[in-house]
Amino acid sequence: MSSTVVAPSAAALKVPGFWRRALHHRSFVIGGVLTLLLLLAAAVSLVWTPWSPYEMDMANKLKPPTGSHWLGTDTYGRDVASLLLVGARASILVGVIAVGIGLVVGTALGLLAAAKRGWVEEAIMRLTDFSLAFPAILSAIMMTAVFGAGIVNAIVAIGIYNIPTFARITRASANAIWSREYIAAARACGKGSFSITMQHVLPNISAVLIVQITIRFAIAILAEAALSYLGLGTQPPQPSWGRMLSEAQTMMFQSPLLAVFPGMAIAMAVLGLNLLGDGLRDLLDPRLARAR
Amino acid sequence: MPLLQVKDLHIELQTQRGPAEAVRGIDFTLERGETLGIVGESGCGKSITVMSLMGLLPSNAKVTGSIRFDDTELVGRDEKDMCQIRGNRIGMIFQEPMTALNPVHTIVRQVGEPLRLHRGLSKAEARKEVLALLERVGIPDAASRLDAYPHQFSGGQRQRIGIAMALACGPDLLIADEPTTALDVTIQKQILELIQSLVQERGMALILISHDLGVIAQTVSKMLVMYGGSVVESGPTEAVFARRAHPYTQGLFAARPALGAPRGVRLATIRGSVPELVDLPKGCPFAGRCSYTIDACQTTRPPATMLPQDHAVRCIRLEEIATKVAVAS
Amino acid sequence: MSESALASPLLEVTDLVRHYDLPREKLFGPLPTVKALNGVSFKVEAGRSLGIVGESGSGKSTIARLVMALDTPTSGSVKLLGRDLHTLSRSELRTARRDFQMVFQDPYGSLDPRQTVARIVAEPLEALAEASRKEQRERAAESLAAVGLRSTDMDKYPHEFSGGQRQRIAIARALITRPKLIVADEPVSALDVSVQAQVLNLMQDLQQQFGVSYLLISHDLAVVNHLCDDVCVVWKGLIVEQGPPGELFRNAQHPYTRTLLDAVPRTPTGGTLLAA
Repeated sequence: MSSTVVAPSAAALKVPGFWRRALHHRSFVIGGVLTLLLLLAAAVSLVWTPWSPYEMDMANKLKPPTGSHWLGTDTYGRDVASLLLVGARASILVGVIAVGIGLVVGTALGLLAAAKRGWVEEAIMRLTDFSLAFPAILSAIMMTAVFGAGIVNAIVAIGIYNIPTFARITRASANAIWSREYIAAARACGKGSFSITMQHVLPNISAVLIVQITIRFAIAILAEAALSYLGLGTQPPQPSWGRMLSEAQTMMFQSPLLAVFPGMAIAMAVLGLNLLGDGLRDLLDPRLARAR
Repeated sequence: MPLLQVKDLHIELQTQRGPAEAVRGIDFTLERGETLGIVGESGCGKSITVMSLMGLLPSNAKVTGSIRFDDTELVGRDEKDMCQIRGNRIGMIFQEPMTALNPVHTIVRQVGEPLRLHRGLSKAEARKEVLALLERVGIPDAASRLDAYPHQFSGGQRQRIGIAMALACGPDLLIADEPTTALDVTIQKQILELIQSLVQERGMALILISHDLGVIAQTVSKMLVMYGGSVVESGPTEAVFARRAHPYTQGLFAARPALGAPRGVRLATIRGSVPELVDLPKGCPFAGRCSYTIDACQTTRPPATMLPQDHAVRCIRLEEIATKVAVAS
Repeated sequence: MSESALASPLLEVTDLVRHYDLPREKLFGPLPTVKALNGVSFKVEAGRSLGIVGESGSGKSTIARLVMALDTPTSGSVKLLGRDLHTLSRSELRTARRDFQMVFQDPYGSLDPRQTVARIVAEPLEALAEASRKEQRERAAESLAAVGLRSTDMDKYPHEFSGGQRQRIAIARALITRPKLIVADEPVSALDVSVQAQVLNLMQDLQQQFGVSYLLISHDLAVVNHLCDDVCVVWKGLIVEQGPPGELFRNAQHPYTRTLLDAVPRTPTGGTLLAA
């Protein structure tokens, strides 16, 4: 047998009992639950929050968790629980769009590089090398500093960074697929590169991409928090976990809980997505996918 | 006392569909200097059997029965003890010369590894030994190639290096798992001749696994035919080849295309295909595919019928089949 | 039958040469090359089959790739039904592929694990864009029946089948356009002996049933003997000997052919069965 590439295999999805195995896999379950909580928080915040996150109540500022304010209030008397729920929205929005940009553009570039080879591949790879040479967070800071702070620019800055990552991963996996015999069989039928890429290569690298998406999502959330912490991401009055952290910094000794709650939210979101990604990588392993 | 004595070996593996017996009670003995061949198709349990001799089964495999090597029991031995035996008393040659060698280590390092590990030789001493070994296995210009890497050698040469590595500590038993399957037929001949001469020269016992009956015929004096985890026929190579008593053995022989056979003749095939381990019948593993199957075959495991020259066959309809075949030919 | 039909063979390969450039080792000077094929010529007549026998590095797989137009020759021509495949335009070549298809060696690698058997078998039709989805499915069912698989197998995935069955699926795919030539590159090497026999019988039946010609590449002389009317022995990119298999095996002329025949391990034949 010749296959030596041990990348997650999409064929694993076809093995009966994928969900049975998945639900027994610790990382997948914990990661899945945490990710679902994140999505749930954002979803719920669209229809209901305990209080309005914009409502300031100076009389009740810096209160600890009570019956009416479940997680307490911040420096301006805003309800922390509501801020967290709505803040989840910003995190998810950034995650989805930034990863989406990277996925669509990066994957397209990677597939093109693997299909065309030669100077096209070289050019694309050198371009990604060039982009990856810049430190991510610093570049994002620089971009928002130049083009202005705000959630849109933050998304673009983070998204641009995902493009070379997806391009490299896609190219590497796609190259491995192109050397398989069923690709030669498709060429022998007379199929062109585009059809082969869409019908054979893309489905077979989908497992790798899925895992990558969860990982980059976590990184995007972290990046958004970092930018907002620095005041360059989501702007007030839009709630953001990162900005909650920076506001809590000045109140560290009076109300330490103000920093704990958003910090925990970020940590749990990132942990959840990483565990989900780990779990998926294990579950989609081709060794388990081989039925015979 | 025989060098190797395997009694009632059962090995249970974890498959996707639950636990299944991969080896179902096999027995064989091997004296010093004797050569044994194991022939069978994929899934018959031949590789699993030799892996159990080396203690290289997956950690969730369950082994019962007895493997006595030089009067010490190997079943249930802990990893530390097995490490002393592997590469030292038992050497193994693998099927794929392309992947059996570590691509980032020089060959002097790899072939010398068992020497340094088991015999405590220094680097310089090991280097001398390795040179002698490589020359013996026929690597041309060995002295100048000691520090070369595996990718700088051809497939046949890599297999020779693998053989040198297996022999380094002068083992009592050499196991070769399909050593020539991945090689060209002209190279195959050279490698088999090399293995044979080394075995005779050093008085080692040999277990050779192959799916190729021709290779078995030319290399070993005793053989086992395995199917579905059981030994269906065993005995001296000559006897088994001459009599071909078991229906599966007959099927194997009949299925090969022969050089010089007339065109247009259909090959005799064995009906159906090998069932998965969990689906093997309770009685004789060949029941159902065998054209002589009767009800009793499905339920009871056939006992070994002994034929002259220590030739054992596990089939309850042996006599009838023999008469039928004799009448037909 | 017209004169021209009698005159032109199904496949005609003339002076085929293929040299590969290796990655540059020195900054200046010529690129190192691998001379995979050094001028190979042979013909396959319609309805007859040719075997190409050789060891690794002989160039036999290169011949398969060049005949299938998966690679372009350095020089020489591959003519199918009188037309040089390598001078055709892309769309002409695509339609020409109806007449020649390929079966690959690895039953585990030559089928896309993410596609159903129906889609895999119908792929050549889909590439030609000449049949509707419904027709493609019907013809796939026919093809599968011809190789001994059932229509219930159509919506399953490759991993649900054994090696021998997967090779049958690969053969069904090669048959679906009713090609005149099937190039089979080591089609049974990865299979067990008893499974090999089943697939060889199948290939023989298809030869008789559909009149398809095989260009069979193999290292196994016995397999070639079984299916082919003529054999070419390839060594270092050249054909060293050619002829009907029986002749060749009885009366090999070239020293390499003799070495090859000698190296095949022999089994003692005959012998009496159980003495009572």
